[in-house]
Amino acid sequence: MKETRLGEFEEVVLLLVGILGEQAYAFKVAEEFEEQTKRSVSIGAVHSSLNRLSEKGFLTSEMGASSPERGGRRKRIYKITALGQRTLREARDFRVSLWQQFPGLGSELAGFSSI
Amino acid sequence: MVSKTNIAPPKFAELLLEWFIKDELVEEVLGDLDEKYNATLKTKTRIAAKLNYWYQVLNYLRPFAVKRLTSDSNNTDMLKNYFKIGFRNLRKNKGYSFINIGGLAFGITVALLISLWLHDELTYNTHIPNHDKIGLVIQNVNNNGETQTWTSTPFPLSEELRTNYSDNFENIVMAVSWTEHVLTLDDQTFNREGAYFEKGITDLLSLQMISGTGDFEDPTSVLLSESTARAIFKDKDPVNNTLVIGNMPPVKVTGVYQDLPKNTQFTGLDFIASWDFLKSNEPWFADFNDPWRPNFVSLYVELAENTSFESASASIEDAKKKKITEYLSQQNPKLFIHPMDNWHLYSKFKNGINIGGRIEYVHLFGTVAVFVLLLACINFINLNTARNESRAKEVGIRKAIGSVKKQLILQFLVESVLVVSFAYFISLLFASLLMPYFNELANKELTMPWVSSSFWALSTVFILIVALLAGGYPAFYLSSFKPVEVLKSITSGGGYSSLPRKVLVVCQFTVSISLIIGTITVYQQIQHAKDRPTGYSREGLVNVFLQNPTIHQHFDAIANELKQLDVVTSMAESQSVVTSVWATTSGLSWQGKDPDISTDFGMISSSYDYGKTIEWEIMEGRDFSRDFPSDSIALILNQSAINYMGLENPVGQQVTWWDNTFTIIGVVKDMIIESPYANQKPMIYFLSTGPGNVALLKLSPEKSVSTSITEIEAVFKKYDAEQPFEFTFVDDTYNQKFIDEARIGKLSTIFSILAIIICCLGIFGLASFMAERRAKEVGIRKILGASMLKLWQLLTQDFVFLVGIASAISFPLAYCFLKEWLDGFTYHISVSWKVFLLAAFLTLIITVITVSFQAIKAVMANPVSTLRSE
Repeated sequence: MKETRLGEFEEVVLLLVGILGEQAYAFKVAEEFEEQTKRSVSIGAVHSSLNRLSEKGFLTSEMGASSPERGGRRKRIYKITALGQRTLREARDFRVSLWQQFPGLGSELAGFSSI
Repeated sequence: MVSKTNIAPPKFAELLLEWFIKDELVEEVLGDLDEKYNATLKTKTRIAAKLNYWYQVLNYLRPFAVKRLTSDSNNTDMLKNYFKIGFRNLRKNKGYSFINIGGLAFGITVALLISLWLHDELTYNTHIPNHDKIGLVIQNVNNNGETQTWTSTPFPLSEELRTNYSDNFENIVMAVSWTEHVLTLDDQTFNREGAYFEKGITDLLSLQMISGTGDFEDPTSVLLSESTARAIFKDKDPVNNTLVIGNMPPVKVTGVYQDLPKNTQFTGLDFIASWDFLKSNEPWFADFNDPWRPNFVSLYVELAENTSFESASASIEDAKKKKITEYLSQQNPKLFIHPMDNWHLYSKFKNGINIGGRIEYVHLFGTVAVFVLLLACINFINLNTARNESRAKEVGIRKAIGSVKKQLILQFLVESVLVVSFAYFISLLFASLLMPYFNELANKELTMPWVSSSFWALSTVFILIVALLAGGYPAFYLSSFKPVEVLKSITSGGGYSSLPRKVLVVCQFTVSISLIIGTITVYQQIQHAKDRPTGYSREGLVNVFLQNPTIHQHFDAIANELKQLDVVTSMAESQSVVTSVWATTSGLSWQGKDPDISTDFGMISSSYDYGKTIEWEIMEGRDFSRDFPSDSIALILNQSAINYMGLENPVGQQVTWWDNTFTIIGVVKDMIIESPYANQKPMIYFLSTGPGNVALLKLSPEKSVSTSITEIEAVFKKYDAEQPFEFTFVDDTYNQKFIDEARIGKLSTIFSILAIIICCLGIFGLASFMAERRAKEVGIRKILGASMLKLWQLLTQDFVFLVGIASAISFPLAYCFLKEWLDGFTYHISVSWKVFLLAAFLTLIITVITVSFQAIKAVMANPVSTLRSE
């Protein structure tokens, strides 16, 4: 059976794919990752992660358009699947439930959990 | 202007990526990387963008992206099969595998240890950054009718070079009194090695200052090495603290430098004091009537840019000669520069010409390593070709199914890589286990370079080379069998098929016999020198080093006290130890001396009881005596001096020494003072009433050495509590003279034994094959009535014959080599034929024993069991 849990890095990558929408391909995801987290990452690492997420069935992909700065080469655009969205939601809910059990800090999150 | 299109991503990185990445990913990945590259170009430099491109490419070396190499290639399957068959063969024939791998492992261990040693020797002194520009100014002088090379020079030379020859040099630094000194801080004393240098030393050695500065603006400054600073000042910052060197005025620490790198001439330099300080505080500097006369400083120079050692040497050649008196210029001193890179390996001079030095040992052991390795490879070759029958059928079948010769060669080479790799890893284990012993033997601090990547790279290359060397011939030999013949069991060959094997065995024996002869001769030479009469008695003789004059002032009192305690029988004060010459003089002249010849006599001054203490042998005349007040201007000479001077009746003759006249009162037998292998230097002995450098004590045999030493220390401390009590046994110091040769002796013994073990392994393997092959013949002969002895003879005579041939080859080789080695010593044995016979005989015995194991087994076998099949 394939591993279906999400690692921290995978979760971020998956979210970034969701954020980027039509622009979700390896280079853009890596750039966005660096932008948002202020951590540097290689395209290869992101690509590897995207590949793994596809194998787990959280992402699908197809070849998209080309552009001149890519030397006329096409890019692979990733999309979140329904399974991917559900897994993301479950991951979030699990976190929130943990936060709520955290005495002292749980109350701060009251507003958040009711969303 | 550079157009954007010119700035393409690095081509090679792109190609690399295309080469390793899966085909289906190429387009998108190259596209992404291009985009990244162009984005980086906008914000950063081109180089940064290119570097980043490389970084991105290398980051694609991930399992998901890389092509599967083994996917569907037939070649890799075959390679796997070769390894599998190789392993099975090793397992099946455990005995031969053991001999093969074991022999190789022995050989490689030796080669490995020697290589590490060689690396250490060859990189000596190269850890100082400017080592290729640094040199020592030394001189050739004519003395006693020969050219001597002196490494010390007169001290004004430094200033002279700086004033008149500065074009050649970047830096000129004089050093003096490099030895162990006593450093005192408050009431603690430390023995540390150091010297007095001129200012430029910081730049010369590229000292890394940890704190303070490295300049010597103030002559009372001293620099400490990091470890010394820590030992003396613990955690305190030593800078600006004062300490005392010997019995000089206090000096101030102005800087701490990083310990000098290991494995250089300067490694043990714990402190650096100022030359100016020494000069202004040592009264004897003022006493020189001619400062150009004594040679006692080491003058280091760093060449200027665009200068070579040759041209600098040529320009300073006569720098000293121009300054010295006419009398001294008879010595015709020629200065030249000895480059730092040559100090260690090329340090011997004969008649003014460099004749090598340790480099001989580098060559010697390098050769030994190659030979021992070769022996191991020969074993491999022999065993593999001898075992052809067991592999012949396999070769036949492989060929019949369609293998071509190239594939079979590859197969056997793969097997030999396998065996050599095994052997290599075993030898890594051996080498690391043996390292401590080897270090002790070779007097080194080597470690296994486990983390050095170049070591592993070289190891891989080495494995491949040895695999090719050892497996090459067997691979070609075995792969050339004709399938029809081998499958029909027609054994090819006849008399000549084993010829190459015999040649190789002869090579092995030749090396072994030569090594045995060499080892025995080295030991004989050492013994010969040890048996040489010393001329004095070393037994119970102790040197105590005196660093300040306090002991001298109470010398008689101390002597009396120790004699009353029955600890010593005699005690004297001397300017130098018995085992080396610390001072020489060129100022001696006598009746009948050729005025154009310059001389150089060793000199030792001492108190009255010197001769009695060391028990020298007076040949003519008498010893110094308190009964003759005129003995203060008397000399005792050794036989070499008398012979050199050509005096008929020396006793009573007058000799002029500089401006004074001395009378010869006695002649002593030559004593071995310097090298036990060389002729002894002409020596003069005279009385001195000043403080000596060494107290010589003859221990009384009544008491044990350890109690005597404790009592002596107590008495010395009573008179001088400050000075550390330092002593050596003359016997130990004397034995140090043999240490280099003894080390060579030990190492060559070990290498000979290893070589012989490797040979024996090989012969053992060969003999067992031969016995197996001739099993039927032996059976038939036995049935027909051959005696056991005859059969044994039959099986061993081949090997005896080979030993004979090997002896004939090795005798002249060993003779030439040893003669040259021995000629390097003035006092040496001649090569003896008995040693040669002994070596050949030993080899023969060992061989016969090894072969007999197998021969006797074959002879004892019941003929029924060997003849039953077929």
